[in-house]
Amino acid sequence: MLCLENSDKLTWIQDDSKHVVNLRHGEGEDGTGIEFDGEVETDTESEEDEAKDKKTNKQRLRETGRASTLQSKKQEKDKEEKEEKEEDESKEEDNGSQQNRVSRRKNYQRKNRNGKKAREEGSQKKDRGKTAPNKDQKESENKEKKTTKRGKEGENKQKKGRKNSTSSASSNSSDEESLSEEELAMLKEQVEQKKKLISTMRNKPWRMVKKLSVLREAQDFVEKFEGALGKGKGKKLYAYKMMMAKKWVKFKRDFENFKTQCIPWEMKIKEVESHFGSSVASYFIFLRWMYGVNLVLFGLIFGLVIIPEVLMGMPYGSLPRKTVPRAEQATAMDFSVLWDFEGYIKYSALFYGYYNNQRTIGWLKYRLPMAYFMVGISVFGYSLMVVIRSMARNANESTADGDDNNFIFSWKMFTSWDYLIGNPETADNKFASITTSFKESIVDEQESNKDENIHLRRFLRVLANVLIICCLCGSGYLIYFVVKRSQTFSKMQNVGWYERNEVEIVMSLLGMFCPPLFETIAALENYHPRIGLKWQLGRIFALFLGNLYTFLLALMDDVNEKLAEEDVVKNITHWTLLGHHNSSAGNDSAVTPAPLDPADVPRGPCWETTVGIEFVRLTVSDILVTYITILVGDFIRACFVRFVNYCWCWDLEAGFPSYAEFDISGNVLGLVFNQGMIWMGSFYAPGLVGINVLRLLTSMYFQCWAVMSSNVPHARVFKASKSNNFYMGLLLLILFLSLLPVAYTIMSLPPSFDCGPFSGKKRMYDVIQETIELDFPLFVAKIFSYLANPGLIIPAILLMVLTIYYLNAVSKAYQRANAELKKKMQMQREEEKNKRNNKASTNPMLQDLEDLLTPSTKPESPPKQAEDKKTESPNGSSPARKPGRGEGLAGSPMAGGRGAAFTAPSPVFVTQPRTLGARAPYPGQPRPWGHPLGPVPGRGRGQPCYPRAAR
Amino acid sequence: MDCTFFTRKEILRLHGRYYEMAPNVVPMDYTKDPDVKLPMQLIINMPELKENPFKERIVSSFSEDGEGSLSFNDFVDMFSVLSEMAPRELKAIYAFKIYDFNTDNFICKADLEKTLNKLTREELTAEEITLVCEKVIEEADMDGDGKLGFADFENMISKAPDFLSTFHIRI
Repeated sequence: MLCLENSDKLTWIQDDSKHVVNLRHGEGEDGTGIEFDGEVETDTESEEDEAKDKKTNKQRLRETGRASTLQSKKQEKDKEEKEEKEEDESKEEDNGSQQNRVSRRKNYQRKNRNGKKAREEGSQKKDRGKTAPNKDQKESENKEKKTTKRGKEGENKQKKGRKNSTSSASSNSSDEESLSEEELAMLKEQVEQKKKLISTMRNKPWRMVKKLSVLREAQDFVEKFEGALGKGKGKKLYAYKMMMAKKWVKFKRDFENFKTQCIPWEMKIKEVESHFGSSVASYFIFLRWMYGVNLVLFGLIFGLVIIPEVLMGMPYGSLPRKTVPRAEQATAMDFSVLWDFEGYIKYSALFYGYYNNQRTIGWLKYRLPMAYFMVGISVFGYSLMVVIRSMARNANESTADGDDNNFIFSWKMFTSWDYLIGNPETADNKFASITTSFKESIVDEQESNKDENIHLRRFLRVLANVLIICCLCGSGYLIYFVVKRSQTFSKMQNVGWYERNEVEIVMSLLGMFCPPLFETIAALENYHPRIGLKWQLGRIFALFLGNLYTFLLALMDDVNEKLAEEDVVKNITHWTLLGHHNSSAGNDSAVTPAPLDPADVPRGPCWETTVGIEFVRLTVSDILVTYITILVGDFIRACFVRFVNYCWCWDLEAGFPSYAEFDISGNVLGLVFNQGMIWMGSFYAPGLVGINVLRLLTSMYFQCWAVMSSNVPHARVFKASKSNNFYMGLLLLILFLSLLPVAYTIMSLPPSFDCGPFSGKKRMYDVIQETIELDFPLFVAKIFSYLANPGLIIPAILLMVLTIYYLNAVSKAYQRANAELKKKMQMQREEEKNKRNNKASTNPMLQDLEDLLTPSTKPESPPKQAEDKKTESPNGSSPARKPGRGEGLAGSPMAGGRGAAFTAPSPVFVTQPRTLGARAPYPGQPRPWGHPLGPVPGRGRGQPCYPRAAR
Repeated sequence: MDCTFFTRKEILRLHGRYYEMAPNVVPMDYTKDPDVKLPMQLIINMPELKENPFKERIVSSFSEDGEGSLSFNDFVDMFSVLSEMAPRELKAIYAFKIYDFNTDNFICKADLEKTLNKLTREELTAEEITLVCEKVIEEADMDGDGKLGFADFENMISKAPDFLSTFHIRI
């Protein structure tokens, strides 16, 4: 009512307000001391209330209760009928709970009737009380739409009803002493049911009009008798709960959105994925992951090494190692020199040589050499941990998601469109991504369905592998041979340009021609593209290992040379310093000798910085080569194909050059090897990680743009495996390989005497011993010396190996159990399917047989049609829609499933006896539309337990 | 209010949207119980539905006369079912109706083909479409009648992980 006076006259709201008003109204008028609680009330509380009020209310309750049971009988019946009709009609509403309710109601009514008949005979005036509410009820039932008028009427009637009942109660109160608590409980039950109906109303798939009318009925009922029972509805609590639930959902949604927004480049990657498939997207996800790892490494190195050194270390020019030598100073700022990372860059905090071997620096007493060493180790430690952890997580995910692959296509079909999409661009992307994902699944499906000559395939695969191994061995030998030759060349004088660069030329030629060759050979194998990609990755990886090997070999030669040189220089420096000291001391002993300018001090070659520079150069040139390749190979080619196509003698887009596909294997391997370089070089060039972070950042944008602008999707778009564990595996391998040389240099090469944080020590790791000895109490040093005892280390390693073995065995066992369970589930599903099939088809099968035996008897078809309807009706088709369905069947290609139905009888067959009689005089007739219907309908039954194996 | 998943405010807002579409037809006053319906053309141009490939189907599954014109009741009903508060079973029922193009209470191959063409903007080849349709039927058809009844559909959809999140319109 309240709402009606407002400007909005919406009816849903009315219901609510009317309810409240009526409650209040009852409170005001009855004056019988009933407490109407619209407030929060738990069940126990209300029961207590009830007990209190029972005595005062008993009279009235009896009367109303009596009336209600009678009237409710009728009402319930009506409703049941209606509901049953409804159920027949729409067949979708067989909620288990509803049926329960109906049956329970029936039970109560039966009880009612039995208990009541005896009592009712005496009272005649009761009729008045009975009929009035009945009429009322009927009227309210008849109402369909509610207007303000009607609302008021309803209220009036309500009053009348109450009055009636109270008057009748006073008149025949003498008879009605025996209204038992049982009835009361029953009444309560009914009210509960109604309430339940109200609360579940929104879950019913009815038309709104019907919902409204049913709702009205139920609400009237509840209103009427709820008052009698002295129980509020707890509407406010409910509303509050609903509100909180909505708020919570909204909060969660916002939080999710926020989280996705926080993931960098998510939109970009999704866009790429929707056009190029998940395999290409997996590269970008890998790139993003790598960027994250590098960011952490960058933070570690910059925060703990470079920034402390810059802030607190000795400034530039204070020491020989921090100064550009006199000879180089003239050109130290030239761009060409800087581009080679010589000059000022070489003597900066980006490289190992710049750091001083002072134990502590600055007012913080920051132990820089120690920090340098620990950071160098923790870079590897963190990388290892992260890679392994993400591998483990991926493995977990892939096993968790792997089991429900029963409905791939159905889910794609029915749940892939997101109804929230309201933006045309997003919609375009979504269409593209749905199409791609369908294509991916189709490729998978075709792959699993491929019937093939298994021996030929096996032979071809072995042949391909032999060929590729030959290629690899050949190129490996070639590399070895070339490296050997270059070592002899390096000893000779006046060698030509070719001889000097032979190794590089051979390596790049190999890198250029081998991958396409492998791809060609891999075409023989005819693997699924996903597996093919893995093979391709593995093979190119093996090839590139050769690259790595030559690079490291050259580097080691360099280092050894430098080490030899160092010994010489060390003496010279020593003597120079000594000489300088002596000379100054000799000139005048009173004045302290003027210190030698740091730029003039002769210094060693500092092999660490050389190695660092080598890695930085390599990384930078790699970046440039990659970008230029993308620019020329993809973008310019795409432009050429696109614009020159108008004036060319053949179709460039479809013909020879066409557009480039995105080279997943090449890019992934590039990324992996680049990361290997970073890991190896970061110990000697702390600034390298910063360069790499920049590289990954730019290549994310650049490659995304290049892909979207100038590449075409693969001919066979395939789905990436759920976890990109293969990439991770490669990364782990590279990490391990790059750990080896670094560990070797740290453990077994002496550091340079005049540069770097460890200068003056015999080995780099001495810094730890030094710290332990000087900064820790004595017993710690003792403990460490015990721990370093081989007698302790070897058992520890053994223990670890054993643990790994054990865990591996356990995981194998789990895997087996998992597979077993999966198989069982599959079997169960099939069994269920079969059971259903058999249940539905035992009768029809017999009929089919009959039909087959006497195909010419036409008069049989009409009765059969009748039977069909019977067999169909439990399936839930409404009689009203029967003709429509028949039409649909006749028009649908499924009508052509007849041929299949004959090979293995199924319910399909039963639904179309009419068409059979009319159009198929003999059973072997081919399907009318040539519809390539597989063994779909009959299949489940024909091969009960091994549907997958049968392929 | 008990018939939908909306609060009073939301219903008022919905009515605002409904009114906006045809201000001269839709009354603000429902006291006289007018019988007003908006044609499908107006409804499917709502930004919430405009990009949806199944918009015609959605609207006509919720319209009482099956022609696609919606009274305000139907309108509210539609968004109530598509709201995120609606339970899975209810959504499944209407999803079934939506994907059942020829309204024969079964999703048959023709329906599947239509669905697929709408989803992919007809970018798949004929063989691919046939393959997919066959696979769908093979996966989801539990009673072996070569088409999906509601039981099949519900069984399938009840296991789908993201049905609830996708079959949902926020308004």
